[in-house]
Amino acid sequence: MLLTITTTHKPATDLGYLLHKRPDKTQQVELSGGIAHVFYPEVSETRCTAALLLDIDPVGLVRKDNGPAGNDFALQQYVNDRPYVASSFMSAAIAKAYSSALNGRCKDRPELPATPMPFEIRLPVLPVRGGEALLNDLFLPLGYTIIATRLPLDEKFPAWGESRYFDVTLVNTVTMQQLLSHLYILIPVCDNDKHYWVGKEEVDKLMEKGKAWLDQHPAKELIVQRYLRHHKALISDAIQSLLKEELPEVEAEVVAPRMRAHDARLLMVKDELLATGAKSVADLGCGEGKLLRLLLPEKQFEKILGMDVSYRSLEITQRKLKIDRLPLSQQERIQLVQGSLTYRDKRIEGMDAAALVEVIEHLDEPRLATLEKVLFEYARPAHVIITTPNAEYNVKFESLFSGHMRHSDHRFEWTREQFRNWGDRLGNEYGYAVQYKAVGEEDAEIGALTQMAIFKKKE
Amino acid sequence: MSLVLLVGASSSGKSTFARKHFKPTEVVSSDACRAAVSDDENNLSATTDAFDLVRFIASKRLKNGLLTVIDATNVSEDDRKKWVALAREYHVLPVAIVMNQPEKVLDERSAARTDRQVPGHALHRQWVQLKRSIHRLKLEGFRHVHELRGQAEIDAITHIERDKLYNNKKEVTGPFDIIGDIHGCYNELVLLLTKLGYAPQQGVWRHPEGRKPIFLGDLCDRGPATPAVLRLVMDIVKSDNGYCVAGNHDVKLLRWLNGKHVQVRHGLEKTVEQLAKEPAAFIEELKPFLDGLISHYVFDNGKLVVAHAGLREEMHGRGSGAVREFSLYGETTGEIDEFGLPVRYNWASEYSGKAMVVYGHTPVPQAQWLNRTIDIDTGCVFGGHLTALRYPERELVSVPAAEVYVVSARPLLPSGTVPLSLQQANDDVLDIADFTGKQIIETRFGQNVTVREENSIAALEVMSRFAINPQWLIYLPPTMSPSETSKLEDYLEYPQEAFSYFKGVGVTKVVCEEKHMGSRAVVIVAKNEQAVKEAFGITGEGIGTIYTRTGRAYFNDKAVEQELLQRLNLALETTGFYEEFNTDWACFDCELMPWSAKAQSLLQTQYASVGAASGRAMDIAVQALQQTALRNPSAVPLLEKYSTRKQQAAQFTDAYRQYCWPVNSIADYKLAPFHLLATAGKTYTSRDHEWHMETIARVCRGDEQVLLATNYRVLHLEDEIDVNSALQWWLELTAKGGEGMVVKPYDFIHQHPRGIAQPAIKIRGREYLRIIYGPEYTAPENLIRLKQRGLSGKRSLAMREFVLGLEGLENFVQKEALRKVHACVFGVLALESEPVDPRL
Repeated sequence: MLLTITTTHKPATDLGYLLHKRPDKTQQVELSGGIAHVFYPEVSETRCTAALLLDIDPVGLVRKDNGPAGNDFALQQYVNDRPYVASSFMSAAIAKAYSSALNGRCKDRPELPATPMPFEIRLPVLPVRGGEALLNDLFLPLGYTIIATRLPLDEKFPAWGESRYFDVTLVNTVTMQQLLSHLYILIPVCDNDKHYWVGKEEVDKLMEKGKAWLDQHPAKELIVQRYLRHHKALISDAIQSLLKEELPEVEAEVVAPRMRAHDARLLMVKDELLATGAKSVADLGCGEGKLLRLLLPEKQFEKILGMDVSYRSLEITQRKLKIDRLPLSQQERIQLVQGSLTYRDKRIEGMDAAALVEVIEHLDEPRLATLEKVLFEYARPAHVIITTPNAEYNVKFESLFSGHMRHSDHRFEWTREQFRNWGDRLGNEYGYAVQYKAVGEEDAEIGALTQMAIFKKKE
Repeated sequence: MSLVLLVGASSSGKSTFARKHFKPTEVVSSDACRAAVSDDENNLSATTDAFDLVRFIASKRLKNGLLTVIDATNVSEDDRKKWVALAREYHVLPVAIVMNQPEKVLDERSAARTDRQVPGHALHRQWVQLKRSIHRLKLEGFRHVHELRGQAEIDAITHIERDKLYNNKKEVTGPFDIIGDIHGCYNELVLLLTKLGYAPQQGVWRHPEGRKPIFLGDLCDRGPATPAVLRLVMDIVKSDNGYCVAGNHDVKLLRWLNGKHVQVRHGLEKTVEQLAKEPAAFIEELKPFLDGLISHYVFDNGKLVVAHAGLREEMHGRGSGAVREFSLYGETTGEIDEFGLPVRYNWASEYSGKAMVVYGHTPVPQAQWLNRTIDIDTGCVFGGHLTALRYPERELVSVPAAEVYVVSARPLLPSGTVPLSLQQANDDVLDIADFTGKQIIETRFGQNVTVREENSIAALEVMSRFAINPQWLIYLPPTMSPSETSKLEDYLEYPQEAFSYFKGVGVTKVVCEEKHMGSRAVVIVAKNEQAVKEAFGITGEGIGTIYTRTGRAYFNDKAVEQELLQRLNLALETTGFYEEFNTDWACFDCELMPWSAKAQSLLQTQYASVGAASGRAMDIAVQALQQTALRNPSAVPLLEKYSTRKQQAAQFTDAYRQYCWPVNSIADYKLAPFHLLATAGKTYTSRDHEWHMETIARVCRGDEQVLLATNYRVLHLEDEIDVNSALQWWLELTAKGGEGMVVKPYDFIHQHPRGIAQPAIKIRGREYLRIIYGPEYTAPENLIRLKQRGLSGKRSLAMREFVLGLEGLENFVQKEALRKVHACVFGVLALESEPVDPRL
């Protein structure tokens, strides 16, 4: 919430002209959500510092009647870092308080904006998601020298580790307009939190300010992506508020190699479903409908049921598959229901086949006993296809600490032997023949990424 | 309860008759329905739709047990057949009232009508059909047929008497002693009656307190002394000192007595032999007695149903052949078991009615509740017990058989032990249909709680993805409302408002409890795993559980959870808790500290982050302003402002640090129970909070390292000294960094004319509230805005969650179906997803 700009340009007091703010005064600029103060802690011919201090109204941020429009959940907290950090609010303040400088104008000294000057910038609390590496990626290509110190979370509790905030000093010789446009765009990119602006026009305007240097920037893609991030798909508010104390931060997943693998896995499941000869199929834990999308064009399936516990996922599926725009006869083939494999459900009884793709590992192991009964005792599809990660394969993931799982919501990951033991027991208990297959490229030692069991009811 | 058909040609006066003798809502008229679907009550092309509607309305009414009159011509046998079938479907009696007018009268009336013209030939046809029908009505299945010839007879009817069904004894409320299948075991019957407190008085067994026995039938056959049993029961029933329903053996005996062809086996041969020694007068008395036995009774405003073989909910209080069949024989699947006996269909496993159903017929080793039903035939004649259920106490009283009179074809005790109770075995999996969609949950606290569909959607996801085994989840705690906003300038919350609230709802005495800042935890602990299995039907999950207010496991590490539970278990053992409460498990509502143990991610992402950011930001801002002010006096006011903010940032950090400490071993946890919720068969909501505090304090003395007794004080709201000292106490607590206190009415549940009072109100300390409302909330310009907050949503929510939570708990200790417990727990979770200001 504080930005100081220091120059050692001679005379340093030119800074006042450049910023169009007088060094002997304390000036205020109104912002939506608060006030910005401009004042000069240091004024001399050799060194001059301008401070832009945001005075964000922490209560106003939350209370709808005078807070900015378009706030979402993260901004609805009174205990909020926004008033204390450099974020998109800072960009808005730069645009407002230093607008002529940002646009390269200086009425009294028109030659100044085009003059590169030595600048030293300090942002005492800059949230950086991505740490020092990100700061380097963003500012080094633009010629800055970076001095950054990470703040501890709480010095009384060193075990809690470090915060995501840096005290950052940046040094460079550039024009004032360049300097401000860098900060303007890169501060929110560092922060990478939900941005305070939401209007599309504003986004366009901002992009325009960066076009001169952004095109050449090696981290351009990341900058644009983070910059435009303002409406991330959130877990629905109802669930958010339920879990407010207990929802762990979603950890970074081991994503890249698995995305393609997931598509391949779904194709294999589809083929196996076709091979069973099933006319009615259920995708239990259908998520956002990727498998359903593969099943829909297959004429063999006269009835397709997608079930998931997340209502939000079903809404996305409904939208993605454009179900309401299908011809009536096609609409009748597919049905989406909210349901859970920990409850008996008559709607899934009597299907020819059911698929549980990467589902069981999201259930606490003791609750599997219920899933077994729901699926094999009550629903009793003629065929069941279950896939789950092969834990042995995890050694292939470099980024995965040994003993860790692939996804923060996985409650367990099984070796091939564990999976077989489980499947064989189910087969015996409920009268199914079981066959196991590897999904993905198979390693002689550790098997494949994913393992699959195909159950066929004996009768 | 009947389906009444008015039968008569057009213009015979049916509608007029219906208007005169029945309530408008009781009459379903085909003309009205024709008008409803076509705007024209004479539109014959709308007839099919109109009759669909008539049928639909009639079905709904019959389902709800309401007398229904069909006002249509009903002259064709085909039409009537459908109505008789409908009556059977809903187990009500079909009755016909025939309006038999001379054809001439019909013609005249029809001609005079302006609203409708029925062609002469059509009218004639109706008249002919009616004539043909009259004598066939009884054969068609109408239980009663009333024929009214001509207008004079119609007019002569001034009043229709509605007889109650014989099975309707709703006005009789008990108390009762319900006795299972006797089968001629006279000695055991006498012993049981004696044990229940009955004694013969003027030749009839009576209870000194006026309790009445209800016999569940099968008095005769197999046993040694059927005539004596019949004599005893007959005397009781005939003198109005008790009730008896018919059993299948009793019915068969009557058929034999009446000379019908029956097979004299399955114990009837013994009865025949014993009756041969009885005088003829006894036999003559017996016949009408047996003939008069009703197949089931509904007592106590519908709360108790008794039938020999049990009864499905939709048959309660109804009369039809099917109801009688079911009451006598139950339902079979059509299969034969390995002992050559028919496999009985277990209707009770699907029963979800409100009434308690007590029955016999199928001998069981032990009477056990299942979905509010209980089979108390414990096979006395096969050497088991003769059992009675005391109503409304729900106590079982039994006497053992003196000997094995008959060897049962199917062994009474299955080989091996019964692993789980009937209810637990039946509850292995919950059905999703019982919880999704809009739910209205009735509670015993005079309040129904509605759960909206969008909330149950959210609850389903959370329950499925995160909650522990639903068999553990017997209770979820309600949310707690803060006090009304303080009128004091400097405070958002202050105890005075809580006291005023309770005074306003008629509470004179309250308990103030220190509020601990940890995480809410529900703790279930049992003596050992065996006790867990018996009480909860859970195996292999340790001696208990600790779960959060949203039903998740409190500890990710099961071993830590069990270690903590072992400490509590030991404390309960050493303080004699298990003996004192005659239980082997207990459930407590607790606060578990430190807060930092559970809220680690929240602390890191939010509280400590804000602390770190605000601390550094204010520090640097103040430095910059100080430097500026040296040269530029206009910066001084800003410097002052930021100096205050810097101080507030430091206070914020101090505030949350109070509740954080590192956990290196189990001894670093502090568990502070504040309610004893339940033990075997009991809840403690009738005990006041002082009792709870004292009881728990005794337990806490069993392990002072981990268990924390909560400080509290009791005060009379009228006593100014009391009130002032409580205010002082709160100031002291919060000055030391405490969260604040909770004020509760002295009684656990306080009823007032507008409902139930808030179960608890929290008053949070001024510093504590910084971690709720942010570091700078105490700035006057912030406080003034924060004071505008509405509590009604939060209070209503707290109320609903409170009653639902207790309902679930009561259901559990009463051994109700898991579905009934889970519906409440699910409901609390669903309510928690209602949008309410999370800072309240």
